[in-house]
Amino acid sequence: MAYEIVVLTNMAIAVLFALSLNVITGFCGQVSLGHAAFLGIGAYTSAMLSKSGVPIVITFAPAMGMAALIGLVVGVASLRVRHDFLAITTMGVVFLFTGIVRKQEILGGEIGISGIPAPDFGRVGLLATSLLCVLAYLLFTIWVRRSWAGFAFDSISEDEDTARLLGINVPKFKLFAFVVGTAGAGLAGALYAHQVRFIGPDSFGFVESISVLAMVIVGGIGSIWGVILAAAFLSALPQFFQVIDDYKLLVYGLLLFGAMRFAPEGIDGLLKKIFRRRAVK
Amino acid sequence: MLFFDLCIQGVIQGAIYALIALGLTLVYGLLRILHVAHAALFTLGGYIGVIVTNGSGSFLLALLTSMLIVGVVGMSSYTIIYKPLLNRTPLIALIASIGIFIASEELFRIFFGAYGLSYTNPPLQGQIEILSGVSLSHARILVVVLAIGLLSGVGWLAINTRVGIAARATVIDPEMAASSGINVEMIRFGSFFIGSAFAGAAGVMVSLLNNLVEPTMGAVPSYKALAIIVLGGLGSVRGALVASLALGIIESFGTIYVGHLLDRDSIAFAFLIMVLMVRPQGLLARG
Repeated sequence: MAYEIVVLTNMAIAVLFALSLNVITGFCGQVSLGHAAFLGIGAYTSAMLSKSGVPIVITFAPAMGMAALIGLVVGVASLRVRHDFLAITTMGVVFLFTGIVRKQEILGGEIGISGIPAPDFGRVGLLATSLLCVLAYLLFTIWVRRSWAGFAFDSISEDEDTARLLGINVPKFKLFAFVVGTAGAGLAGALYAHQVRFIGPDSFGFVESISVLAMVIVGGIGSIWGVILAAAFLSALPQFFQVIDDYKLLVYGLLLFGAMRFAPEGIDGLLKKIFRRRAVK
Repeated sequence: MLFFDLCIQGVIQGAIYALIALGLTLVYGLLRILHVAHAALFTLGGYIGVIVTNGSGSFLLALLTSMLIVGVVGMSSYTIIYKPLLNRTPLIALIASIGIFIASEELFRIFFGAYGLSYTNPPLQGQIEILSGVSLSHARILVVVLAIGLLSGVGWLAINTRVGIAARATVIDPEMAASSGINVEMIRFGSFFIGSAFAGAAGVMVSLLNNLVEPTMGAVPSYKALAIIVLGGLGSVRGALVASLALGIIESFGTIYVGHLLDRDSIAFAFLIMVLMVRPQGLLARG
């Protein structure tokens, strides 16, 4: 049973992480290749605090705050660049993050931080906490999507220049998306740190940033339910593939390619297609 | 002498970056796609170089075979990966490309083993003393000579031949080019061939400098080359070359002087972000 709980907790954290990127990339249309940096910021903040004796649940707030603060800085910088330039700038952010962490003694440097205290409410408690966090963030993003901000996001991701022309304050909404998204990643990071209880710079690199972006795109850019399904599926994939461990990444890579080649609208698009066909019949 | 050493180191690294980045810039200019799988072609080039040299004993033959095969594989990557996705948002092609890159690293590992291959008898190891106290191996000199030769060759083609003019026209406006009777598809194939062949050459040279090819050797170029073409101004060939050289030199000085604060990759990206904050369109972008 312990094993299933670990797998489920990992899935919940991945879903939260993917939902947070979905706000930036899905809703607001701003590509980020560096989202794992904010997972890392949350994880490090939470780990440092809980190692110095702060109760775990209380570390969630500073973890989110720290990630959102740096997310705001990155957001302000990102206002200057667009499209592919933005993608590469955010990619730079993740390399800067791991590069800086690697060289800081206080953050454990190359070796990372180990011995992060186990949550006092146990493994099941952590799973429940993670699920609660996912639910809260999910409801919040649904609310955002339906609010005025959701419409503004839509118009920015469709056509930024037209949105500007319509008098939408584009920088304000972009920064809002960055803050909401990076805060979510920070929360996921705090949960992650206490789930694995060991973090190092390699846990938050470019590869992790790519895999979370893959979850959002395989799910269907901007679709909340598609992203949840894709994140749950892709994060549990390595467990299914235990049998073919040697070819895990080969299958993962081909799957990404295949999904883009044959179902570029993602899971969301596939589901819609199936339901539409039924409706016609 | 440290200063001089670092400059040389930077120029050599810059030459390798330039060979890799050229293909990426050409592809971006034509298709507006960030071609991450390009780095897999670089690794493939390295493997072919080592295998052919060890088998035949001729490094020149290995270099040429590698460029030819990698060029052809590059062309087929256009047909297989990108052509069906041209009408989608570029993000889709980017993820597909990343998928292929991840899968290819595994394929190299499965076919050639996880520990990499080395030259049984590494060629071009002789040293030349270019200044008192500073000597360079033939291999390192060849990297720079090869890069200058190949890149100026392409530059000459682009400026002086009809094909070159057609290629430049296609980059500026594919539809107008097509309606002027240019075969846009052929230009794309040609660009993929040249860009991939150069990446293959870079792979062979890096395998010679390190005397090692391993499945993961494409990992660093895969993102570093993206940084370079963005730094240069996306799609600008001249910008990419300037950026390659600049990045090579900055990295070699940076690792010595600020290496205790930042590692090599983050120096490159710190520089990238600083440049983009001042010039969001890159160093040498048109308009």
